Amino acid sequence: MTGWDTATIWMVIVLLGIGTLAIRWSFLGLLGNRELPDWALRHLRYTAVAILPALITPRVLWPEATGGEIDPARIAAALLALAVGYVSRNALATIAAGLGALLLLQAAGL
Amino acid sequence: MTSSTSAYLRGIRVSLPFLLVVLPFGALFGVVGTEAGLNLAQVMGFSIVIIAGAAQFTAVQLMQEQAPTVIVLASALAVNLRMAMYAASLAPHLGHAPGWQRVLIAYFNVDATYALSHMEFEANPAMPLSEKVAFYMGTATVICLPWYVVTWLGAVLGQAIPPGIPMDFAIPVAFISFFAPALRTLPHVAAAMAAVILAISLQWVPHNLWILLAGAGGMAVGAEVERRSTTR
Repeated sequence: MTGWDTATIWMVIVLLGIGTLAIRWSFLGLLGNRELPDWALRHLRYTAVAILPALITPRVLWPEATGGEIDPARIAAALLALAVGYVSRNALATIAAGLGALLLLQAAGL
Repeated sequence: MTSSTSAYLRGIRVSLPFLLVVLPFGALFGVVGTEAGLNLAQVMGFSIVIIAGAAQFTAVQLMQEQAPTVIVLASALAVNLRMAMYAASLAPHLGHAPGWQRVLIAYFNVDATYALSHMEFEANPAMPLSEKVAFYMGTATVICLPWYVVTWLGAVLGQAIPPGIPMDFAIPVAFISFFAPALRTLPHVAAAMAAVILAISLQWVPHNLWILLAGAGGMAVGAEVERRSTTR
């Protein structure tokens, strides 16, 4: 992987492994039956639906594959995947719709 | 058959449909990681040591974008923060298991093992501890162990994917498939929309810190919308 030497890559893997295990162990191992306060649960509930869309938004809007230029085909394919995922609640259908739409649009020359 | 064995087998049975989701995701990580330039041992390292799909994809994407190491770590761990909530809600059921078992339970705590087990425990709170642990390990057997195998398959067979396929789009679409089905209430939608708007408007923030800011902002909006809709 460009710009990353082997030692740093392994350091990332190990530190992420330790950090992830610590998060997963936290309230189960350390705190036993103590309940999380309501406000904390209220925030934690939204971590996935906040961080995951934030992460991919720039990649959909300004993809590296087009040199950072806005690509209508990728935006349309992402919106279609979003709609399919929302309606079907099915992860596989979502991926198939998104990748399939992009392939079709690219084949159509868009 | 002891009651623990039957609980273990029940855990296996309820998890089987989820293989349809787990298998392609693991394989996709093998493909994407290899395309990003990780070698086989490193790709397997991600899936065995971290064993958290969304965080693995996050780390690989940010490494490709040459983000600083600290940002790679902080962002991938932020993606996993939801698991603190999983740990907290499993604690009343599994919190009294022996220490080594709780470490193992923590290691295998992913979306599907958590969701299936929590549902089972809430439906049968009187289940003895040993059966609850056995049920959980049944779900982990089906959800987690194949994760390693399909990662390896994806890494090894991924090179056979023809070059015309836009694999760079695989990560965004995989992420959409993680969160789109979760947009089931107004606070969830509000959190996602706020995070997207913040991600776009905070692109100028150096060192990819916009990810954490947009994530935290989205979480705060989701929590606030929830608070207002429940106090009314």
